[in-house]
Amino acid sequence: MNIALTEATAPAAGSRAPDFSLPSAPGARMALSELRGKPVVLVFYPADWSPVCGDQLALYNELGAEFGAFEAQLLGISVDGVWCHAAYAKARNLHFPLLSDFEPKGEIAGLYGVYRRGDGCAERALFVIDSEGIIRWSHVVPIAVNPGADGILAALESLPRRPA
Amino acid sequence: MSLKIPIDQHDHALGAPDAPLTLLEFGDFECSYCIAAHPTVQGLIARMGERLRFVFRHMPLGEVHPHAELAAEAAEAAGAQGRFWEMHDALFERHAELGPELMTMLARRLQLDTTRFADDLSSRRFRDHVKRDFLGAIRSGVPGTPAFFVANELYVGSIDEQSLSAALQGLRLHA
Repeated sequence: MNIALTEATAPAAGSRAPDFSLPSAPGARMALSELRGKPVVLVFYPADWSPVCGDQLALYNELGAEFGAFEAQLLGISVDGVWCHAAYAKARNLHFPLLSDFEPKGEIAGLYGVYRRGDGCAERALFVIDSEGIIRWSHVVPIAVNPGADGILAALESLPRRPA
Repeated sequence: MSLKIPIDQHDHALGAPDAPLTLLEFGDFECSYCIAAHPTVQGLIARMGERLRFVFRHMPLGEVHPHAELAAEAAEAAGAQGRFWEMHDALFERHAELGPELMTMLARRLQLDTTRFADDLSSRRFRDHVKRDFLGAIRSGVPGTPAFFVANELYVGSIDEQSLSAALQGLRLHA
């Protein structure tokens, strides 16, 4: 595991979040730029079905109201394909989109500096992007560690409030 | 990670408030790891006797555990009638039957006022209490259940009597 290297190459807080357009369901795509105007919580994770990922996404799945209070859009991203994501989201009753960084494999994880080349999957990494598309907080954790949600909520709280 | 919401009179605590050692658990009655940890906690309580105070807070993952929130609220509803711990233990011990019928049956067996119990569940009287526990867990950095806090710090280690007892007493066990 080369966490230090990954941290060093992840875009720093204050820099523009690399845009992407990825499949969000069979026949549908979602672009980061479409979400301008509200904060985005980007959750890179290694794989659908793996035990820690399940616990981590299950935890975020319970926090719809809390993320909603910030009008934040939660997005999961892994290298799994759309049909795998669809089956996984259905089995776990997930209420937020899972994006497929499938072809070219891991390209978006690479843009965010969180692709594990040797393993062919993303790191477990969190990015909080503000409503203007600027990365305000990021956190990369060892792959077996569930980072919880306290850091995300604290980052959302520290975003400047948009004028009403 | 530290406990963000201090233990107070709203918490369910077993043992003396001035016991020298406190163990707090965030648990979910439908979580298999919490069910597995229940006998460990019982053993620890028996082993440590009056030195230990045990506090239980709710962290139900309702989207994956369809009966977990209701079970948490049933424990609270029993608690409102002075029988929290009996309901807590029974829900863990009879996890294979977890569901509304079990809760109703347990309320009868614990000789609760069953009308009041049913009203408390149908009106979701304790939903906010359970939610407060849950959000307190999130804010305290809890990634999943069961999560134990020893001396207000998130315990990271094996969930067995010996390891938990050593952590409570400030000892380090070397693997």
